Amino acid sequence: MHGALDYLVFECLAERTIARETLTKLGNPALGYTPNLTDRLGAVLKTCVDNGTRIVTNMGAANPQGARRALRRWAQDNQVAMGPVAVVEGDDVLEQIRANPGMKMLECGEPIESILPQVTSANAYLGADVVAEALSTGAQLVITGRVADPALFLGCMLHGLGWSYDDYARLGVGTFAGHLLECGTQLSGGCFADPGRKEVGDLAHVGLPFADVGVNGDLSLGKMASQGGRLDISTCSEQALYEIHDPASYTTPDCVLDITQMRFTQVAPDRVAVHGVRARPRTDSYKVTVGYKAGWQGEGEIGYAGPNALGRARLSAAIVKQRLEESGHTFLDYRVDYIGYSSLHGEFGQFAEPYEVRLRISGRSQSKQAAQALGFEVKTLNLNGPAGAGGTSSAVREVIGVKSILMPRSWVHPVVSLEAA
Amino acid sequence: MSTRVYDLAHSRAGDKGNTSNISVIAYDEAGWQRLRQQLTADYVFDAFRHIAAGPVQRYELPNLRALNFVIHNALGGGVTVSLAKDPHGKTLSYLMLNIVLPE
Repeated sequence: MHGALDYLVFECLAERTIARETLTKLGNPALGYTPNLTDRLGAVLKTCVDNGTRIVTNMGAANPQGARRALRRWAQDNQVAMGPVAVVEGDDVLEQIRANPGMKMLECGEPIESILPQVTSANAYLGADVVAEALSTGAQLVITGRVADPALFLGCMLHGLGWSYDDYARLGVGTFAGHLLECGTQLSGGCFADPGRKEVGDLAHVGLPFADVGVNGDLSLGKMASQGGRLDISTCSEQALYEIHDPASYTTPDCVLDITQMRFTQVAPDRVAVHGVRARPRTDSYKVTVGYKAGWQGEGEIGYAGPNALGRARLSAAIVKQRLEESGHTFLDYRVDYIGYSSLHGEFGQFAEPYEVRLRISGRSQSKQAAQALGFEVKTLNLNGPAGAGGTSSAVREVIGVKSILMPRSWVHPVVSLEAA
Repeated sequence: MSTRVYDLAHSRAGDKGNTSNISVIAYDEAGWQRLRQQLTADYVFDAFRHIAAGPVQRYELPNLRALNFVIHNALGGGVTVSLAKDPHGKTLSYLMLNIVLPE
């Protein structure tokens, strides 16, 4: 591999992914891991094995052991001599939640009890210590469920550089490196280009970033010159603040990160050094994401163009609202969007009338029938609504919501297991 | 000729639950000084009031010539239950950049 990587990290879980995969696993106990696990790892596995690059991924999702079995099967079928796999479990804290229904949700302050019948999953964001422990087994590959995104990277540094889990100066550096890397190309030119203002070369072949980390905590970020994209102080600054609230207090399971004194230095093309990262001791709790069934979302879309397109779309929206009300359907939340006009930033100021507009109506209800009716009412506008309507679509899906709580560390028991080679 | 934030800075939006955070990173020192002075939390809240209940907090990062705005109750009740076409509010960085600064 051109980058001579020691570790390759695949961070692949969004906030509610595990909640969804928990439901998949209920339907089929062999599943519940990230569905394209073998496609993703299969693309690099042989190269990594040949080069001694170790892989860490959270694609285990709701079923890390199932992921291990699927990957092992893939390696056998494709004759890749993959070394042993270590699995991290113990992030599933659903039993602890059920036993302590008085715990307060961070978003609303209500006890978890109020949604407990709908709760389907609860997973703690584990820290880097358990990733390092998994690597210390000698595993070629580490598969986890929920681990804090930066901790997947910091775990590699703890193990590979022999850092102490109480050395907060270094934990801060490693956590910040993980934070910068966890969204992949968002550091190296993705989510950045604005033609004529912020140019990114060869975005069609945008390269992934890597971090060089020294034993003393020296950190620089880079990308391969042979790949497209751009990695400089501007791209690093955007990603540094991505999903950060107070930059003096970014809490992870490993430390509380402070980047207010941090500086980037461009040391070479596509190479940025980092200085001045600080961290304070970690808190005594883990953040837990609780997944719950939040009803059904129905939506329908229909398009209009030419003179008075927006007026006809508005008339359609009024018709659908009236017909749903007359049918007695109720919604927890209901929303009308005019795509091409106000669907992304809302209605404000004076906009010019769009030539084309696509009406989108969506609603969330406890009733699946109500959600279905919404899509149906939009579709029938094709025939029964205002003039010149076309291109209808509709959809219904079950909504999995998430809430957060903080759980005492002592309640959570991470477990590492190593399979035989 | 009025000046937009877009003329002085670039931006990225991220999400956590029902909260959007949007960075504003100045291209140069003059832009940074002006943004630091004029792009207050209240000024930003005015531009987001039609979609966000607030409050809005502002953090300064002089080393990066950056402001970080945290806009609460901005994402339709939270990413996972939001009905919005863009539930993560990723496009909101350009609502920020669209803000016209005082003369």
